[in-house]
Amino acid sequence: MEGKRTIFVCQGTGCLSRGSGTVYEELRAEVARLGLTDVEVDFTGCHGFCEQGGLVVVEPEGIFYTHVGVADAREIVDAHLRQGKPVERLFYRDPASRQAVPRYHEINFYKKQQRIILRNCGRINPEKIDHYIANGGYRALRKVLLEMTPEQVIEEVKKSGLRGRGGAGFPTGRKWEFGRNVCADKKYVICNADEGDPGAFMDRSVLEADPHAVIEGLIIAGYAIGADEGFVYVRAEYPLAVKRIRVALEQARARGFLGKDILGSGFDFEVQMKEGAGAFVCGEETALIASIESRRGMPRPRPPYPVQSGLEGRPTTINNVKTLASVPVIIERGADWFAGIGSEKSKGTTVLALSGNIANSGLVEVPMGTSLSAIIFDIGGGIPNRKRLKAVQTGGPSGGCIPARIPHTPVDYETLTMVGSIMGSGGMVVMDEDTCMVEVARYFLSFTQAESCGKCAPCRLGTKQMLEILTRITQGKGREGDIDTLFTLARTVKETSLCGLGQTCPNPVLSTLHYFRDEYEVHIKEKKCPASKWQRLPRRPLRK
Amino acid sequence: MDKTAPGMNVNLERVREIVGECRGRKWALIPVVQQIQNEYGYIPPAAIPIVAKGLRLFPSQVQGVISFYTQFYTKPRGRQIVRVCRGTACHVRGGEALLQLLEQRLKIKEGETTPDMEYTLETVACIGVCALAPNVVIGDQVHGQMSTEKMEELLARYTATLPSREE
Repeated sequence: MEGKRTIFVCQGTGCLSRGSGTVYEELRAEVARLGLTDVEVDFTGCHGFCEQGGLVVVEPEGIFYTHVGVADAREIVDAHLRQGKPVERLFYRDPASRQAVPRYHEINFYKKQQRIILRNCGRINPEKIDHYIANGGYRALRKVLLEMTPEQVIEEVKKSGLRGRGGAGFPTGRKWEFGRNVCADKKYVICNADEGDPGAFMDRSVLEADPHAVIEGLIIAGYAIGADEGFVYVRAEYPLAVKRIRVALEQARARGFLGKDILGSGFDFEVQMKEGAGAFVCGEETALIASIESRRGMPRPRPPYPVQSGLEGRPTTINNVKTLASVPVIIERGADWFAGIGSEKSKGTTVLALSGNIANSGLVEVPMGTSLSAIIFDIGGGIPNRKRLKAVQTGGPSGGCIPARIPHTPVDYETLTMVGSIMGSGGMVVMDEDTCMVEVARYFLSFTQAESCGKCAPCRLGTKQMLEILTRITQGKGREGDIDTLFTLARTVKETSLCGLGQTCPNPVLSTLHYFRDEYEVHIKEKKCPASKWQRLPRRPLRK
Repeated sequence: MDKTAPGMNVNLERVREIVGECRGRKWALIPVVQQIQNEYGYIPPAAIPIVAKGLRLFPSQVQGVISFYTQFYTKPRGRQIVRVCRGTACHVRGGEALLQLLEQRLKIKEGETTPDMEYTLETVACIGVCALAPNVVIGDQVHGQMSTEKMEELLARYTATLPSREE
C-alpha cells in the first residue's frame, strides 16, 4: 500500500453547490485516463469550511486545495499526482498575511481547533462504513455491549460531564439515568436532528460527513436506557443528510450493528428515520414527539417530561446529534480524558457555526470556555474590510447579542447565560460596525413570530406586538414609550410562554436593549439609524 | 367545492395505492402525505378525504396536519421551485434584496407561482450553507454567494433553457 495516495473531494451541501460533483467525476476520469494506479479518488462529507469550497484534499500528504472548479481537475491530476508538483495557486491563503498555506493542519482555521465531535468530518467517506470502522468506529459499541453494564455506561457518561449539545446543556448522564430508572415495557430514544436555528449548520455537517458516529451514539444510548427502538428526526431542509443517514442505517443493519442480538450480546435495537416537514418548533422535545406521531407539531406543558412519558406515552429520551456523536469517543478514550477538556462546569468541546462578517466562515470546534476573541480573531481571521467588531450573536433566535466590549467572554453554558445570551445550537453570527442592532432584533423576532405555533397566547400575541414595535422603530416611526413597552412585553413572553421557543425568543430583544439601548433611542428620537449598512436594505417582515 | 379548482381533476389512483400500502402502520399520516406530495408535487385537496378514510382519521385532522407544516402544499407548484434562504447569515449578507429582485423579475410574490406554472417563489428557514450566504436554491441546486447581478445572470440562464412560448 506504500505510495498509495487518495484524493478526497468534499461532497457536502456547500461544496456540491460549487460544482464539486463534477470535479469528482472529472478527477476520476482524469486519473483513469492517465492510468494512475496508485491514486484513489474518493469523497468526504462536509469539512465545515464551505466558504473555501470546492475542497479537495490529497492524503497522506495533507495538501489542501480550495476553490477547486472543474477546470482545475486536470491540472491537479497532471501536475500534482503525476509529476509530484502541487498546484500552488489553489492553496488556501491566510486572510491576514496573504501567505499560501499548502497543508490542512497548518491552516490557522484548523490548527487552533480541537475536533472531537467533528473528528471524522472531511476525513472519511460517509457512505462507506469501512472507513468509519477503520477510524475506530463501532469499537465503543463493542466495548459497551460486551464489557459494560448499562449502569456502567451511564456512570461513565456522568463522570465525563457531557451536557446536552442541543442548547439547554442538561447533563446527559443524568438524563439517561432518569430514562433507565423509569419502569416500562417499552422505551424509546430519539436523536434530535431538527436543526432549525437559522445560522447553525453543524448538525447538517455531522450528519452529512459522519452519520455512523450519530448512529453508534444512539445505539449506546438505547442500551444504557433499556430502549429497543430509536428514531432519528431529521429536518427535511437537509436532503443530503437524510440520504446519508438512510445509507448509514442500511449499512449498520447489514453489519449487524442494528437488529436482533447485536454483536452476540443479546441486545436488540432498531432505528428508523423520520423526516420533518418544515416547522421550527418541532425542535422542542414534546413538539418533536407530536410530529413523529404524525400530529400537528405543537408542544405541550411539561411535566410530565418525555423521559417519563413521550412517544405514545412511553418513556422517551431525546438527545442532540452532537451529544450522541460525542458518546463513542467518551467510551473509547474514557470519561477522565473528556472531563479534562473544557471549563469547570462545561466539559468537552463545542461546535460553533461561525458566519456573518468574518474572514473565515465555517464550523469551529473548540474546548468549552475558549474566549470569543480567540474564536473570532485567531480562528475566524477577524473582520473583513477593515471594519471593527460590533457584536456577536450566539444561540440563534433564542440567543442574544454580546457586545464587542466584552471580547474575552469565555464561551460556555454559564457565562453566555450570564451575559444575556445562550449557548443554544452554537450559531455564532459576527456583526461589524455597520450592523443596526434594532434591525438584528427585528430580524430574529420576525423569524420566531412566523414560527410561533400559536398554541399559547403570550408567544402568539407577544411576538406579534414586539415585532410591530420593532418594525416601527426601524422604519423611523418609533414612539416615546416604545422601549418600556418592549421591555414589558419581552419579560411577559419570556416568563409565561409554554415552551422553549416562547421563553427564549425575547432574548435578542432584551440583550440588544441592554447593550445597545442608545441605538434604540437614536432611532426613536432622531428617526435615523446610527449604523449605516442595514438602512439601505429593504425592510419587510419575512413571513412564511 | 369548485370543480375546476386545481387538484379536482387529477388521477387519484396513486393516492389510494399509497394509503393502501401504509394502512395499519403506526403514525402513518405524515409519511403518507409526504409520499403523496413527492408523487404529485403537492397535495391535491381531493386526496384528503381518501387519506382520512384510509387512516381512520377525520378529514379535519388530515387538513390540520397539512396546514401546520410549511412544506406541505395544497396548490400545484411550478416546474422550478426557487427558494430564497432567510437564515441569519443570508439576511446579514443581503438575502432580502435577492427576494425582492426575484419578486420583480418573476412578477409574483413569495409563495406564488407564475401563471405559466414555470416558477414558484418561496423562502426557506435555513438550508445550513451559511458560509456561502446569501443562498438561493433552484430545484435541488444550491447557488451560494449570490448577488443581485449574479441572480440576474442565473435567471437569464434558466429562462433561456425554457422552450420558447408566446408571452
